[in-house]
Amino acid sequence: MADRDVLTGEHFIHGDAACAEGALAAGCLFFAGYPITPATEVAERMARRLPEVGGVYIQMEDEIASMAAILGASWGGAKSMTATSGPGFSLMMENIGLGMMTETPCVVVNIMRGGPSTGLPTLVGQADVMQARWGSHGDYGCIALAPSSPQECFDYTIKAFNLSERYRQPVFVLGDEVVGHMTEKVVIPKREKLKIQPRILPKALRGDYLPFDSSTSMPAPMAIAGQGYHAHVTGLTHDERGYPVITADVQERNVRHIVDKIRKNADRIIEVDTVGIEDAEVVVVAYGCTSRVARQAVENLRSRNLKVGLVKLITIWPFPSGLIRSLADRVKAFVVPEINYGQIAYEVERTAGGRAEVLLMALMGGSIHTPAEIEDGVGEFL
Amino acid sequence: MKIRLRELSHFDKEAAETLIQKDHGLHPDDKYLKPGRIPHIWCPGCGLGVVLTTFIEAVRRNRIPIDMCSVVSGIGCTGRVAGYLDMDTYHTTHGRAIPFATGLALANPQMSVTVFSGDGDLFAIGGNHLIHAARRNVNLKVICVNNFNFGMTGGQVAPTTPLEAKTSTTPTGNAEPGFNLPYLAHAAGAVYVARWTTFHPRQLAHSISQALNKKGFTFVEAIAPCPTGYGRPNKLGSGLEEMRFYRDMTEVRNGADPKLAEIRLREKFIVGTFHDTDRPDFLENYDRNVVSRVKSKQKGKEKGKAA
Repeated sequence: MADRDVLTGEHFIHGDAACAEGALAAGCLFFAGYPITPATEVAERMARRLPEVGGVYIQMEDEIASMAAILGASWGGAKSMTATSGPGFSLMMENIGLGMMTETPCVVVNIMRGGPSTGLPTLVGQADVMQARWGSHGDYGCIALAPSSPQECFDYTIKAFNLSERYRQPVFVLGDEVVGHMTEKVVIPKREKLKIQPRILPKALRGDYLPFDSSTSMPAPMAIAGQGYHAHVTGLTHDERGYPVITADVQERNVRHIVDKIRKNADRIIEVDTVGIEDAEVVVVAYGCTSRVARQAVENLRSRNLKVGLVKLITIWPFPSGLIRSLADRVKAFVVPEINYGQIAYEVERTAGGRAEVLLMALMGGSIHTPAEIEDGVGEFL
Repeated sequence: MKIRLRELSHFDKEAAETLIQKDHGLHPDDKYLKPGRIPHIWCPGCGLGVVLTTFIEAVRRNRIPIDMCSVVSGIGCTGRVAGYLDMDTYHTTHGRAIPFATGLALANPQMSVTVFSGDGDLFAIGGNHLIHAARRNVNLKVICVNNFNFGMTGGQVAPTTPLEAKTSTTPTGNAEPGFNLPYLAHAAGAVYVARWTTFHPRQLAHSISQALNKKGFTFVEAIAPCPTGYGRPNKLGSGLEEMRFYRDMTEVRNGADPKLAEIRLREKFIVGTFHDTDRPDFLENYDRNVVSRVKSKQKGKEKGKAA
C-alpha cells in the first residue's frame, strides 16, 4: 500500500491517466472534479487510485464547487488537483481568481477540446490558452504547462505541482484531447529519482509570521489549518497579515506581489525544447499535440538541408518572450500552427515586434495539422 | 514595454501591531477575536453581533481547542464574520463557502469546520452546494444568518424574502414566496436542523453547541434584524423594534415538522430544534465503502502474488 503513489515501471497508458499518475507521484491526496469529456478519465483514475494511497476523491456538484473544494483542501494541508475541459474551465475561473488572490497552491488540468461553448466535446482544440492566462477577472501571474505526450502528461503534472508549491498559486496543465486520449509508453521512474517540492510551512512564531508577506518576489510560507497561526485568508484586497484593507496603497502591494512573483521569476520558470534554432531562418513555434507534428515537419525540412528550427513551448505561460525577441533579430519568420484562430501567434507577433514575419496556421478544432501543411507554411519564407 | 509604477508604501509591521494591540483584551471575548479587527462593519441594530457572540459562547462551552477551529464564510454581511474570529478563517467567493469548507474538512478531518454565511450566499448563489453537502453529510456546521435580504449591496430581494415584502428591487412588494430554510435543509439530509432569532441568544448558543458536538452536516438558521435593508422598507422599525417583533411573532415548538416553519410577512412563525438524528457522514461512508474495499482487494492481490 505504501508504495502505491509512485508506480515505478513502464506503463502503456493514455495522457489523462498519466496526469493522474503524475499527481499521485507528486503527493496529491485530494481530487475534486466533475465529469467532462475529454478529461473524465483523469477523475476516473483518481477515484480508483486515491483511496489506495490514503487520499480522498470526491465528485462535486459542478466545476465551481470542484475548484472551491481543492482550494479548501489545500488550506487543509493536502496537495490537491482537479481536471476539466473548456466548459468546466470557464466555471472554475471564479475560484481560480480566489486561488490567485489567496496564494493557494493546487493544480488544474484542462484537457482542451474545441469551443466556444459546448463546441466539440470529443475532438481536439487549443483555444483555452488565453483563457488560462486572463480568464479570471483582475491581474495575476500565470503558470501553464503544455504536454505533448502521455509521458509529458506525467512529467509536467509533477512540474505543475512543484511550481504551485514554490510560487503558492494554482498552476495549469493545458493538455489537449489528442494528448489526453493518446496511449503511449510512460516510464515512471523510481521514487528517489523524482524531484518533489513539499509544502513550505512557516517556522516563525505566530507573532513574527506574515502569511501574505510581499516584501520579496517569493511568497511567504503557507500556514495551513490547525497549525495555530490563525491566518485570515480572504479574496478581498488584504495586507501582509491577511486582514482586508480596502485602500489603493494596499491594492498596489497586493496585486503587484501576485503578478511580480511570476514576472520577476519568469526566467526560472520558463522552459522550452528547441530543435535547430541556432542556424534557423524560419522558426516554428508550437505546443501540445501540434508540437509533435511541427517536430516531424522541421525534421523533414532539415533533412533537406533547409534552415528551419522549432521552439516547443513547455511552459506556455510565462511565455518565453526573451527567446522569441532574440530570435526575431535573426530569423525571417515565425510559423505558428495552433488549433485556434490565433492565440499564441499574437504573443509571438507582439514579442517579435515587427522584426520578423509571423504566419499563423490556424485550425478551428476537430483535427490536427499535417506535417506537409506546416512544411508548406514554412516554405513561404524559404 | 517600459513600466512606470507609483512608489510603493511598505507594510509597517510594528505600527500595525501597536495599533491593533492598543485596545485588545478589554473585552472577555477578545481572545476569540483577531486583534485590531473591531470595530466591525455592521450597522447599528444588526443581529450579526449577537450570532457571533453565541457562536463564541458555543465554542467556549464545548471546549474546542481554538487551534482546531476554523470558520469559512462566503460573501455579504455575514461573510465578514470569518475575518473577526481569531482562528483559521477563510473568506471565500460568493456562495462557495460550503464547497471550500468541504475540501478543508475532508483534507483535515481533525478540524472543526463551521460555515458562517448569509441567506443570500447559502440559498441563492450557493443553494446547489448546500443541498449536495447536506446529502453527502459532510462534517460541516452551517450557521445561516437570515435577514431576509441582500444587506451588503443595499437591501435587494433574496430567496428568503417573504411574498409581498418590500426591498429595493421589489419596491411594490415581492412577487415570489421565500424558501422555508429548515424544511429545505431537512429534506436535503441535514442531521440537525434548528431555527432561532437573535431574540433567543441562549437557545441559539445551545443549538450551535449541540451542532458543534455532532458529526455530519448540521444546519442552524439564525434570524437577525436588518433595520437598514429589510426593516425600513417593511416598517419594522429599529433593530430593537424588530427584536420585539420577533419576540411577539415567534412560537417555540421544538420537534415540530419543519414543513410548518414557513415564514409569511407579518405573520407568526415557529422556532426551535426541529430535527436531530444521526447517520454516517461522508468520510465514514467513504472509509466503509471505498477505502476498506480497496484495501481488501489489494491484500487479495498481494496474496495472489505470493502464491
